[in-house]
Amino acid sequence: MAQRWTITYEVFRKKGSHPPHFDRFKLDVSPDEYVLDGIERIWAFHDRSLVFSHACHHSTCGACGMRVNGLEKLTCITPIHKVTRDGGVIRVEPLKNFPVISDLSVDMSLLYQRMEMVGQRSVLPIEEEGIPDGLLYGKEQKSGHLRLADCIECGLCMSACPISATTSSYLGPAALAGAHQHSIADPQAASLVDHADGVWRCHSAFECTSVCPSNVNPGWRIMDLRKRLISSRILGIFRRL
Amino acid sequence: MDEATNKPSASNWLTWFDARRRDVGYWAFALNRITALGLTFYLFLHLGVLSQLSQGPQAYDHFIAMMKQPLFTAGEVLVVSAGFIHGLNGIRIALNSLGVANAFQKALFIALMIVAILVSFIFAVRMFTA
Repeated sequence: MAQRWTITYEVFRKKGSHPPHFDRFKLDVSPDEYVLDGIERIWAFHDRSLVFSHACHHSTCGACGMRVNGLEKLTCITPIHKVTRDGGVIRVEPLKNFPVISDLSVDMSLLYQRMEMVGQRSVLPIEEEGIPDGLLYGKEQKSGHLRLADCIECGLCMSACPISATTSSYLGPAALAGAHQHSIADPQAASLVDHADGVWRCHSAFECTSVCPSNVNPGWRIMDLRKRLISSRILGIFRRL
Repeated sequence: MDEATNKPSASNWLTWFDARRRDVGYWAFALNRITALGLTFYLFLHLGVLSQLSQGPQAYDHFIAMMKQPLFTAGEVLVVSAGFIHGLNGIRIALNSLGVANAFQKALFIALMIVAILVSFIFAVRMFTA
């Protein structure tokens, strides 16, 4: 018989102007189920007023990003046994740094607008992904048929970034990674983020790279953009001489 | 929609120091801020100490004698440690920003912090035995 765990979900609740609070739901689960499965079960059998975003269930749409026990996770690919134990607690909260629509659902309009602003392409040939060998995280290795550079616009990096928490004017890791991707095809695109709230606002916490579920590696992309901009400025000095 | 909940704000600055469950880079980020605040505080403290000069040699000598207590020496060791941690971490950030060793930023941070601890220990021994 398959193993069963009894765990408690502590779910962030927020409706309209009412103050936020946490509701607790005790669930009987398989440890191999995903965190999103439990949330869906809460909605189906315990509280139909729970609001959360999800769609594909296989880490392609980026809709189900949430904070799970304080860390940004794509809940559809986060197994329960990775974040708690039998008898343990899973605290689920909405992503930080985005306005809460209701409960676990946030408004990500700003992220999408910024991605468009920097010319990020959601699909691109693998040879334009830009990440050199050796910089990929996880088990995957670079090969012609893997999609490793595609940002799924889940917003996990924006939520994890400490600078995005304190200023809304900072473009954020996703948009900067998009600008980097765009700049591989069009080097002039780097100038779109060459300002105080762009590539220079990053403080190198690399938490964006740490939480990214798609190997976009925004931290490296931001640093690479800086390198390119510094190089072009230095070369510009010599050209003027 | 409640715009206020979760909105980025300068008042969230305390979250910078909450590195629980975060990765090495975030700890480096938090440590850099803590040491920067500590060093800034020390700078003002230092200026305050220097202002003792204006109250005559006796007041200054009395203050310096107090500063030689072990508790204050321990504080000075902390200042030296903060200087090394902040400085070496800054070198890591500068290297990363120039595109150097980005793939090894975690290892680089750990290595530099080991250097900072070793150097701080040498300073501590010398300061307490001087």
